[in-house]
Formats: sequence, C-alpha cells, structure tokens
Amino acid sequence: MDATLKPRSAEDVEEAVRWAAAETQPLEILGQGSKRALGRPIQAAHVLDLSGLAGIESYEPAELVLTVKAGTPIAEVEKLVDDNGQELSFEPMDYGPLFGKAPGRGTIGGVLAVNLSGPRRIKAGAARDHVLGMEAVSGRGELFKSGGKVVKNVTGYDLPRTLCGSYGTLAVATSVTLKVNPKPETSVTFVLNGLDDQDGIQALCEAMGSSAEVSGAAHLPGWGDSDKSRTVLRLEGFKSSVDYRMKSLADRLGAYGTSHQLDRDESQKLWTGIKNLEDFAARNTPVWRISVAPTAGPQLVARLKTAFELDALYDWSGGLVWLSCTDGDIHQAKVRNAVEAVGGGHATLVRADPSVRSEAAVFQPQPSPLAALSRRLKEQFDPKGVLNPGRMVTGL
Amino acid sequence: MTAIAMPAPDQSVIARRREILSALQAIVPGEGVIHDEREMRAYETDALTAYRQLPLIVVLPETVEQVSRVLKYCHDNDVKVVPRGAGTSLSGGALPLEDGVLLSMMKFNQVLDIDYDNRSVVVQPGVTNLGITRAVEGEGFYYAPDPSSQIACSIGGNIAENSGGVHCLKYGLTTNNVLGLEMVLINGEVIRLGGKHLDSEGYDLLALMTGSEGLLGVVTEVTVRILQKPETARALLIGFPTSEDGGRCVADIIAAGIIPGGMEMMDKPAIHAAEDFVHAGYPRDVEALLIVELDGPEGEVDYLIGRVEEIAKANKARHLRVSESEEERMTFWAGRKAAFPAVGRISPDYLCMDGTIPRRELPKVLARMRELADKHGLRVANVFHAGDGNLHPLILYDANKPGELDAAEAFGADILRLCVEVGGVLTGEHGVGIEKRDLMTDMFSEADLKQQQRVKCAFDDKHLLNPGKVFPVLHRCAELGKMHVHKGQLPFPDIPRF
Repeated sequence: MDATLKPRSAEDVEEAVRWAAAETQPLEILGQGSKRALGRPIQAAHVLDLSGLAGIESYEPAELVLTVKAGTPIAEVEKLVDDNGQELSFEPMDYGPLFGKAPGRGTIGGVLAVNLSGPRRIKAGAARDHVLGMEAVSGRGELFKSGGKVVKNVTGYDLPRTLCGSYGTLAVATSVTLKVNPKPETSVTFVLNGLDDQDGIQALCEAMGSSAEVSGAAHLPGWGDSDKSRTVLRLEGFKSSVDYRMKSLADRLGAYGTSHQLDRDESQKLWTGIKNLEDFAARNTPVWRISVAPTAGPQLVARLKTAFELDALYDWSGGLVWLSCTDGDIHQAKVRNAVEAVGGGHATLVRADPSVRSEAAVFQPQPSPLAALSRRLKEQFDPKGVLNPGRMVTGL
Repeated sequence: MTAIAMPAPDQSVIARRREILSALQAIVPGEGVIHDEREMRAYETDALTAYRQLPLIVVLPETVEQVSRVLKYCHDNDVKVVPRGAGTSLSGGALPLEDGVLLSMMKFNQVLDIDYDNRSVVVQPGVTNLGITRAVEGEGFYYAPDPSSQIACSIGGNIAENSGGVHCLKYGLTTNNVLGLEMVLINGEVIRLGGKHLDSEGYDLLALMTGSEGLLGVVTEVTVRILQKPETARALLIGFPTSEDGGRCVADIIAAGIIPGGMEMMDKPAIHAAEDFVHAGYPRDVEALLIVELDGPEGEVDYLIGRVEEIAKANKARHLRVSESEEERMTFWAGRKAAFPAVGRISPDYLCMDGTIPRRELPKVLARMRELADKHGLRVANVFHAGDGNLHPLILYDANKPGELDAAEAFGADILRLCVEVGGVLTGEHGVGIEKRDLMTDMFSEADLKQQQRVKCAFDDKHLLNPGKVFPVLHRCAELGKMHVHKGQLPFPDIPRF
C-alpha cells in the first residue's frame, strides 16, 4: 500500500500524520526531494509530499519578518526577498550539484530541516539563527505553534530553532517565520595566493579577529600544488565601508604574500562555487562535512593525509572542512578518531552510496546520556516513530 | 504573596528537611549549604521583588560533581530544585519554593579558557556577562549581548533567559552567540553540547536550553563567541512631534538597508523623567525621542550618520543632534540608561513590563496604553528597543497604597494581552517566569503548551526543576504522553497520489 499523500493545508498534514500514527505507518517527509540523498536512507511505505503546501503568508520588509508555508520553493523565497532589497543572510547552500542534480531546487522546509547555511554562517549564523517561529505537526498528529512573528521573543521554549536540523524526525513544519536582512550594497573578495593550509587558516583567523567584518573566509588548497592555493576573504556592505575595510585588511595581511582583489561579479561567482561545493560536484567520491574549531581544521586534514588519500576544502575560517575521499572508501573510524584528536566537533557523511549510508553512522555518534536524551525527545514528539524513522540514527 | 500563586508546597518534603539537609551537607561540605533563616533571606527573591519566599535549603556547589550529586539526590528523593544565577531575573525566574532546594551557581565564577584565534571563551556559569568582556577587552574583543543588568547578571542566567540587550538587532541574542554548554540533568547525568565548533550534532539542544528558564537542566560551563570591538561608534539624538513620525523614521532607516548597533525610543513621560534626573539635554517638547547608534569602521559610521540624518529630516524630526565626541555619545545614552532609576525617583514603585510588537503597531499600542492607564488609574512611561519592537512600559504605582500593586499587575497584564493581540509576544527578553506565566494561554493554545511541556518530560519527567515557572498548568507526563488513537482510512482519498 505505497502511497504519496499530498496535503494542501496544515489540517491535511494533521490528518495524514494522525492516520500514520494510528496505523503505525512510517512516512517519508518530502519537499522537492532535493536532499533525499542526505542522511540515512529510510524505508517508509508512504511519502508525505509537502510541495503542495506552498506560498507566502505574509512579508513585512520593514519589520524584517517573512512567513511562508513550509513547502515553498527556496528559489521563490530568495527571489521575493531579493526583489525587496533583502536576503536570507544564512545563505543556504544548494546540495543539487553535489548530488548530481539540477541546482536551485528544494523548499524552505527542507532548508530548515537540515539547518543549511553557507559561507556567511561565520558572521550571520545558520538557518536556525534566522528562524523566529514555526507551525508544525508533531508525530502525534497535532498541530502546534511556537515562537512568534517578531524578531525578539523569549516566550516559551525555543522549539522552532530546536526543530531546525532534526531532519523531519520530530515534527512536520507547515509554516515558518524567518528573520530577513538588508542585502549588502556591494561585495568584494581579497585573495592571498599560494599559502599552505596552516598559513592560510592562520591568515583567515587573523582576519576574523579584526574589525574588518569578514563575511566569508575560505581556504582553497592547490591540491598537490600549493602555489595554486587561494585564501579568500569576503567583505560586504556599503561601498564606502567595503573600500575602507579592504584597505585595512590588505595592510594587515600583506605580509602573508602576494594578493589580489575580486570585483563584485567575480566575487559572487567564487562564493557560489564555495557554497555549493562545485569543486567536488564532478567527482564520484565520498564526501565528509566536518565542523571543528577553525584552527583545528588544518590539523585534522594533516592527520588524515597520513592515513589515506584525500582532498580538502576549508570554509568558516578553517572550521568547516569538506573532505573528498579519493580512493572511494569512507574511512569512517579514521575520520571520527581524528575529529576527537583535534579537540572535538562533528563529522557527517554527506555523499556516499545508499548502501554505505545504511551501514555507516552518517552523523556524529553521541555519548550515551546525550543519545538517550535525544531518544526521549523523539518519543515526546513522535511516540510511534512515524516521521522519517532512521533518517539520522537507527531508532530515531 | 499577591496575585500569582505558586504550587502548594509538599508538606511531606518540608517534614523531611533535616534529613535532606544532612544529605546535602554530605555532598557539599562547609559553608556550601545554608539553612539558617537569616542567611537564607538573601535568596528569598530576585529582581521581581514583589514576590518573596524562603527556600527549604540553599546549596552552593563548587564542582560539577557536586552539582550532579545534588541533583541526583533531589531526583531520587523527589525534592524540587530552583537553580539561581545572580538573581537578577525580572520575571521571578529564580523565586524559591518553600519545599524546594535553591541551587546557587555563583561559586562557578572562573574564566576557563580564552582562545582569540577561534574567537571563543569558555567560562563557568557564574561569571558575569560583563566579566566576559572584561576578560578579553585588552585584546580589543567583547561579548556582544548586553542586557542592562550586565554588570551583575551571570552568563548562566543569560542562557536560561536567552538575554538580549540594546545591541541585539545587529548582533543577536544569547542564542546566536553561544557555541557550547556543559549541563547537568535532574537525574545527575552530565551532558556536553557544542564547543568551539559551529552548529550542533544531532538535535539542536543548545537552542532548546537557551531560554528554557532553568526548567530543563543546570548549566555548568558555557562557551561563547567573542567579537572584535567595532572601531568606532557615534549616535544621533532625534526628537519627533508624534510617535508616528518616530516609528516611520525607524522603518525608513531599516528600509534603507541600515541595521544600527542600537536604536532606542522613549515616550514623553520617560523623556521628562530621564531629563529631570540626569540632565542629558533631551528636548522636552517632543512626543518621541530616538537614539540611533551606528557602530563599525569609521568610514562606514560617518557615511551612515549622514544617511540617518537625511531620513530623520524627511520624517519631521524637530530636534536633531549628532554626537561629535565619545563624551557626547555617552551623554545621549545617559538618560536612556538611567530611565529606570529616573522613573524610580518619580514613583515609589514601578513594574517593568516587556512585550514585543510588530513595529508598525507602535502608535496604536501607545494610544491604547494611554487609555488603559486611565482605566487603571495609573501612570506609565515607555522605553522601547525600537529596532526590534521590544517595549518596556514602566508602570508607576505605590505598594503602600492598598490595591495599587494589584492594579499595576492588572494594567501590565492588559498591556501584554494587547501586545499579543496586535501580533506580538508576551516577552522579548525578560522571560516568562512567574510574572507572565498565567498569560501564556493568551498567546498559546492548549496544544501548543502541551507540546512544550512534553519537551520538559524528556528532561525532567517528575517536574522537579523550577516547577511553577513558565507554564500555568502542570500536566503529569504520563497524562501528556497519552495518545488518542483514531483508526481509520487513508486520509483525503480524493487527492491524487503519485
């Protein structure tokens, strides 16, 4: 009895989940399916397709607040705010290219479900930092709201942020309220050439600790030819301010080596490529996404390079490491041990064959008290385990 | 005690006081356990001083292990626990319980690690908010969230309340600036979340803990993000003939793509009270006064000051001054920062409220508030975080006049209901605590509140941590867990399936 349920309203979602809970019929929660290859593959007989639950509910640019239905395409949301001189500052990455799919797909609900962000994460925060309110249906089939439609609110537990990054395993969002921000007037990039990983990350950390208000800090190694490496820093804002900060940044980092600057168009192209991991898209290798303290990034990579062949990219001032495992193996134990050895963080296997993702721990394994607490939380939202069961961890 | 009732104390726990005391003394030696009534007085209230209650016993642990053992003991023996930081809550979040242990975290006062390369600081929860900035300002860094109690309030308390401050429109609330936590659950388990890296692994419990008002766990260590101090800051002082003009000016500033470091508004009663008190040079003939502070690189700040000046003039600014020195900037702020004590001078007592509204509703809300003031026979002065719509009405009353506290509380409740009615929320930064607990049903449905309480059940299924706060009705976890199952057909069969 495989079925796709396509609700058109929050009440439809309630009805569908209530039925699933009553019959203990697991549901795969889907927007456009653009991130279906992320996380563990799940076996659910039925699909809850939210793409019909789309549309703008309210948008008040002057209040910096936007409310949309959860199935609204992310492209539509980004165009709307762009047309009004605003942006989603967390700059959600697009997994399409990495998964060999067309770019530009996905829904806002999906973006929040995996807590997407991009290079601007280090300055502006992740998706969860921009979520103000949510209406969602729990695994009990009950619609609830949490948060609000104003930018400052501490009334009750912060469930909207908690639900971000839960991969649809706690509740099905039906409507979300986001904080939007003014779009910067201009954007330019400062490039340092030919630094090795260690020096590159050091330069990024120094820039992040300055008052230059850097909104993107990445290191792109030359992969075998460190002369070709680029260490890139993005500055955004009013033109006069950007010019001023660019000068102070160039003065400060001049000693690191030769440098040049990218104008607005070149800059945009570069950061879209970094955000969407275009350099790894054409390969067919397993990819890890690893978050550690920025200075631990190059230590982690150096350690792993002694164990297996890999290529790495650094974003977030060195704290976000993308690893492409050249030999096709995922080297799970080595990756996990290295993360621990450099001070901790988390590693997610974002690209691998479904059979591999079924067997491996895709997400960072948790110590037992934390794992038990996560399970108790899941039970409180979804006692019958009908929402995306097993998407993150077996039994969750 | 006045209008807000706390849960009836469990007499059987009070009867066991001596036994509980000796158990706690076995865990926390020496002066770490306080049971003398006179000494416990220091803990009977927080900054919501209308409510007072002596706790059963006060415990001040010094190590994580002691916290863990205290909580486990209380869990195993069904003793309630009220966690407390510096006791500066304006919503009664740290109000003790007659049958509960008060757990003070103020001996956890060490800065553990400063890491400039990774822009992070690890501290114990009793370190003050300002203490973090003090520890790193020598290198030009600071911790951004700055609640007005920052000299006294603890970072652990900031986590509990998700504290904001004047600069949060640009730099975010506590939740946007915390990277990691260590906490102890009521069953004594120690859990670490996050660290110096970004984003959480698994469910974002860091987000859940921030703003949970001491109901989910006791924080024993905090990792925060620090920022380089802006190069410079300048402020404008702008007076408007009407609050509508002021509100429109704020909207136009944001529409121009400018997010000021701070943007504060005061209404006429607040302007007069502040000016009488500190003589900051505020104009008396305006209905609304706006302080706009621009911070950042010098080149940017000078440019934006010019832009804001133009916008202010286009919105009928009657009075406009730009700070030309650091001293002048501080003078502009002096009146705003002294607004609460200034109101304290003109009234024996005042209640500080804290609702948030969509900014467009400001003129309507101020007008309705004046009507409500007449209805309740009390005066009100307003200070307002204009950028984010967070209102702080100060209700003036005299606790010595019979009935005035009740009237002030009723007036406050009406104001908060009004905030919700226009699309806002009950609290922007002070928390629900006991103060707004009974108004939660005005903002949330029963289903909303039950799901929130189910979250509590995952952490503390016996309701032992800070009960009586936030939720108006305590449902047993067993009752909340019940499901009404309706067996039936596949829903909406008329919808095409693919």
